[in-house]
Amino acid sequence: MKDFAALYAALDQSTRTTVKLAALESYFRSAPDADRLWCAALFSGRRPRRAITTTRLRDWAAERAGLPLWLFEDSYAVVGDLAETIALVLPAPATRHDQGLAGWMACLRGLSGADEATRKAQILAAWDGMAPLERLVFNKLLTGGFRVGVSRRLMTRALAAATERDEVEIAHRLMGDWTPETTTWAALIDTHDPADSLSRPYPFCLAYGLEGVPEALGAPGDWLAEWKWDGIRGQVIARGGQIFIWSRGEELITDRFPELARLRDLLPEGTVIDGEILAHDGAAPLPFAALQKRITRKSVPKSLLREAPATLMAYDLLEEAGRDLRGLPFTERRARLDALVSALPEGTPLRPSPAIPFATWDALAATRATARDHRAEGLMLKCRSGRYHAGRKKGFWWKWKLDPLTLDAVMIYAQAGHGRRANLYTDFTFAVRDGAAFVPFTRAYSGLTDAEFRQITAWVRRNTVERFGPVRQVRPEQVFEIAFEGIQASPRHKSGVALRFPRMARWRQDKPATEIDTLDTLRALLAHHG
Amino acid sequence: MVLTLTPNGLYCPSGDFHIDPWRPVARALITHGHTDHARGGHGAYLATDIAGPVMRHRLGAITLDTIRYGEMRRIGGANVSFHPAGHVPGSAQIRVEVAGEVWVVSGDYKLEHDPLSTPFEPVRCHHFVTECTFGLPVFDWPDPEDVAREINGWWAANAAEGRFSLLGAYALGKAQRVLAILDPGIAPILTHGAIEATNAVLRAQGFSLPETQHVTQATDLRAMRGALVMAPPGALAGPWARRFRPASSALASGWMRLRGVRRRRAADRGFVISDHADWAGLNRAIAATGAGTVHVTHGYTEVFARWLASQGYDARVLRTEFTGESLEEEEA
Repeated sequence: MKDFAALYAALDQSTRTTVKLAALESYFRSAPDADRLWCAALFSGRRPRRAITTTRLRDWAAERAGLPLWLFEDSYAVVGDLAETIALVLPAPATRHDQGLAGWMACLRGLSGADEATRKAQILAAWDGMAPLERLVFNKLLTGGFRVGVSRRLMTRALAAATERDEVEIAHRLMGDWTPETTTWAALIDTHDPADSLSRPYPFCLAYGLEGVPEALGAPGDWLAEWKWDGIRGQVIARGGQIFIWSRGEELITDRFPELARLRDLLPEGTVIDGEILAHDGAAPLPFAALQKRITRKSVPKSLLREAPATLMAYDLLEEAGRDLRGLPFTERRARLDALVSALPEGTPLRPSPAIPFATWDALAATRATARDHRAEGLMLKCRSGRYHAGRKKGFWWKWKLDPLTLDAVMIYAQAGHGRRANLYTDFTFAVRDGAAFVPFTRAYSGLTDAEFRQITAWVRRNTVERFGPVRQVRPEQVFEIAFEGIQASPRHKSGVALRFPRMARWRQDKPATEIDTLDTLRALLAHHG
Repeated sequence: MVLTLTPNGLYCPSGDFHIDPWRPVARALITHGHTDHARGGHGAYLATDIAGPVMRHRLGAITLDTIRYGEMRRIGGANVSFHPAGHVPGSAQIRVEVAGEVWVVSGDYKLEHDPLSTPFEPVRCHHFVTECTFGLPVFDWPDPEDVAREINGWWAANAAEGRFSLLGAYALGKAQRVLAILDPGIAPILTHGAIEATNAVLRAQGFSLPETQHVTQATDLRAMRGALVMAPPGALAGPWARRFRPASSALASGWMRLRGVRRRRAADRGFVISDHADWAGLNRAIAATGAGTVHVTHGYTEVFARWLASQGYDARVLRTEFTGESLEEEEA
């Protein structure tokens, strides 16, 4: 654990990519197989579930530290991170454990079946043998909150460098539903062909946002334009007589979309399609809110299947008759996709995302302006000659999103953030005006710089009207421009609307609260875009 | 009451003087030279002989009388003496005795030894006025020798790669304390003007500090790569610091104990080194005074007073305008 904790500290301390890369590579070179397998799992989002309630952890930590619980809680409020608070208040270790990461993960796994007395004894024994940094990492794993500022891509690069393998191949090997309990380092990294695993998806090709004008991309004829759909990016795999549907977050979501599972009988053996899962009424996509109801459900009631039927809007063909097509030019893959789809029977919940013909960039810009009418977020531009890349690669796929909708609103509640944002007020509730009253309609917590968050935090402290637990009601004075991608009617919200991706676009220190937008403006936006 | 709180600060009616007042008064007894304790505009000042030069440097032409640690003075109806607080060179706890009742105002203090400050001495009293900047159990200072090794290790690694090491520390006290634990064999040590000015005052008093070089327009930085640059924390983020490239940045502060604070400050490293007492230090210091009543000033006052009450003290919150160790521009 010492080595993994040191890795965590090195990654945590630096903002430089080269330093992080070197630290990860060095760990992957030197750690035992079981430990580096867990490291790859953790940094690719394969976090264990929380093994113990945080209430118990607080009780036990306070007891071990000889502190009343209220003092522990007050300390937690200042530190802003439970795992860290526990690590800091516990007495200095009496001994030092010499167990690796994999050993501790096995210990955590064992906890879930044990009775409470055993759990407590094991946790206290673990804490007693760790320095504060190791405790912090251990607690993060214990509470399921293990996150660190390292992208999966960076980890993949480090792993490829350490094993002297191709990065794209390593990225492919890391895909799918493996965990360190179901595989070994040798099986995952060294031996088997990644394609051996029937269910294993390909790494998704991702787009960069287009900044500036599309003219910079060169001749319009080199590019294919499609709508940028607002659904769930997914990969449908038909192999070995089975169907597997993966989300971009590498979650297997086959069971949530039984209508797509029917594709098992329709797609030829050895087919892999990249696309967007949308709720679709047969004529047009439904608003994202319709699909949202299905995302969280593991099983889908019949009424919802009727209300929000799912369709795969196909973007790309990655595998045909068991052959990896990713190296072919996009036009070639797209032609094969169209041929494959046209051979499917009527009523198949699969359609190719239509190509949008355009002759000039100006004409395309005019089309883009109508994206909301098509329930799209904007356009995708794909280089016709490009291969299917793993992850983001500049110059091949661009997303050209619509400018967001905006409203000027006033902050009425503020709440402190956690972790890096502990002690800073970062989560705000915003209101529009309705006569003399303020009607809350959204929350937002991103879009400001650290310096702005510090400034607004100082303001919140001085201008609190009332406190409700961690929430402070503030004087309705600070105006922000709120940007969002969409707006929907929502009976669950007091204002009657729900926004998509709300964030703070600007702090309007120039604008008084008397000049913010009104509930009528909000309703007009809903009528027009909802 | 030996001491009471007035809008000007802590006041002793029997001796007609204030301690560390925040508004101009006729007679001020000063615990130490940090700006939230030693302000300008008072009629007459009394401070330790060791604190005197820095106060003159900072406050200009003031009427300053000095006193040695342990020396007894009679001021009006009060017996007054100054005792080491261990916070910065010359810092004192002020003991005030009136008709057999003893109060001690500790100013800012720490129990750890540092190479420059006279070590903290517990003073028996009935009423103890204590700060609690770091009055939460999460604050537990590491061994100063370990911190010294960490700092020198960071510097040496940067120097080996041709990077500057930018270290943020308060101009009075913290900066010199860190200077004293640096290994001057690694590379040259450069200073910001605010720190160099304080260095000069302390050197003139006979304090031994390693050789430092004040950075000016004329300094040839190309020849200085690998140097350690010491500056007040506020200067690290500003244009002044941009001339040192490439660089790794770090802050030396008790707040660096908290990961969230460390990350938010966007420094590459944080070294846990404070001129204030940690949780155990505060509790130990208070116990050693034998005081039954504890007045809690700046810091986590409500929480700390509640804790002291649960430990059997008569604990009260005293609303002062002291700021403690802040991460912002002003120092303490």
